[in-house]
Amino acid sequence: MTTTTATQWIEACDADDVDAEDVIRFDHGGQTYAIYRSPDDEYFATDGLCTHEQIHLADGLVMDHIIECPKHNGRFDYRTGQAKGAPVCVNLKTYPVRIDGGKILIGLA
Amino acid sequence: MATRDSFIVIGAGEAGARAATALREEGFTGAVTIIGDEPHAPYERPPLSKTALTDDAEPQAATILSPERRAEHGITLRTDTRVLSIDRGAHRIALSGGEELAYDRLLLATGARARQVSVDGLARDAVLTLRTFDEARALRSRLRPGLRLAILGGGFIGLELAAAARARGAEVTVIELAPRLLARAVPADLAAIVAARHAAEGVTLRTGTGIDRIETAEGGRTLVLSNGERIACDAIVAGIGALPETDLAARAGLALDNGVAVDAHLATTDPDIFAAGDCCSFPHALYDGRRLRLEAWRNAQDQGSAAARGMLGAREPYAAVPWFWSDQYDITLQIAGLPDEGAETITRDLGDGARLDFHLAEDGRLVAASAVGPNGRIARDVRLGEMLIAKRAHPDRAALADPAVKLKGLLAG
Repeated sequence: MTTTTATQWIEACDADDVDAEDVIRFDHGGQTYAIYRSPDDEYFATDGLCTHEQIHLADGLVMDHIIECPKHNGRFDYRTGQAKGAPVCVNLKTYPVRIDGGKILIGLA
Repeated sequence: MATRDSFIVIGAGEAGARAATALREEGFTGAVTIIGDEPHAPYERPPLSKTALTDDAEPQAATILSPERRAEHGITLRTDTRVLSIDRGAHRIALSGGEELAYDRLLLATGARARQVSVDGLARDAVLTLRTFDEARALRSRLRPGLRLAILGGGFIGLELAAAARARGAEVTVIELAPRLLARAVPADLAAIVAARHAAEGVTLRTGTGIDRIETAEGGRTLVLSNGERIACDAIVAGIGALPETDLAARAGLALDNGVAVDAHLATTDPDIFAAGDCCSFPHALYDGRRLRLEAWRNAQDQGSAAARGMLGAREPYAAVPWFWSDQYDITLQIAGLPDEGAETITRDLGDGARLDFHLAEDGRLVAASAVGPNGRIARDVRLGEMLIAKRAHPDRAALADPAVKLKGLLAG
């Protein structure tokens, strides 16, 4: 079975709500997401919970392009969702991001 | 190292599993074998004193080296197998099944075992311990509303178990010989916050007293404390520390010093045998070579990786900042560095009852950061504290104390 769903662009926050090299949490439709702003002011979005033990990544530390889980220091590249080694081995789901009139929108399928 | 080489890891815990994986990540192409004496593949131990006891669902061992990962990395695992002896001259080990294996390099990741209680009137099996998955499962099956549980030892295992047992409705008494809880690893101010929380949750705390004897009668046991108090209980668990598993190393003639003694590269006194994790003591490069033995999950991981690099010939001294955490109820303790190296404490109020203490040496160098509170409140700042410790930073005291100052800004200095 194949279904085609158009991407829904959801307004998550103001661009200014996220500091450079930082992350905030965004909840929508019963799901939780993490919105990142890189040191060079690009924005990214991923699932909000670590793939290891369901911890909110937005409480973790962003260094360059890495988000580190606040519980056991599992690391992901938040641009690609790639897990960077023990204890995390499952990649993080990422979402497209658009900036529109100073607002951050994330694309949910 | 040549493709035909055989590296053997003795011990299938966190350090052993991490080392085996790291050998592959570092490009080693020879044979990698892990030998463990438990029936399980390597699994995560931290949940054993937490969610494995409280989750509604029957717990599963959280495997850290699944069959798929072992196949992907070409790692051979032998479970239910003990290593009986090491013949260093012949480079061979003898296994409990009678078989012998040849090795080129060996890693001792044998871990630690629970210290046993010795009290008058007590059969050896009357006191439970909590170290393995099977022990956690056995303990879990005993926890029920109204169970009178006596916990000997007010350290991390004892207190995490106390929190879990309260969640399951047990009546809990914690008995600690030292004058306060968590005396070994946690500064007194933070330990007092933890103690207050346990008291508020209904745990009976008895510090500064030992066990004089245990009386067994129909309907249960009675602990008689050295202060004369009598505590009736249905089950007794001891969390009174762990002893490094050094028997194999001792019989092989390797140097011991509160564990298997290794150098800054985690090599034992035999250059073809390394050690990592709870079983070894090592000189810490960040603390003037002070010899430490750490019983911590992160250390087991970091040393597993470092030992793998050492086995492949790297010569980097081990200098990872000691770090550990504990979850009790909905609060977390995190400690980075060695608080007892500090001469001065600077407190940062993180809000929501969360508190972070920075520990400075006499010359103002940051040597530790310790915090208690909701995990999400403390984790980021403790992590930044850890990075400042690793840099041997001498941060500004006022900046440390002011929650409005971002610690990340201090890293550049």
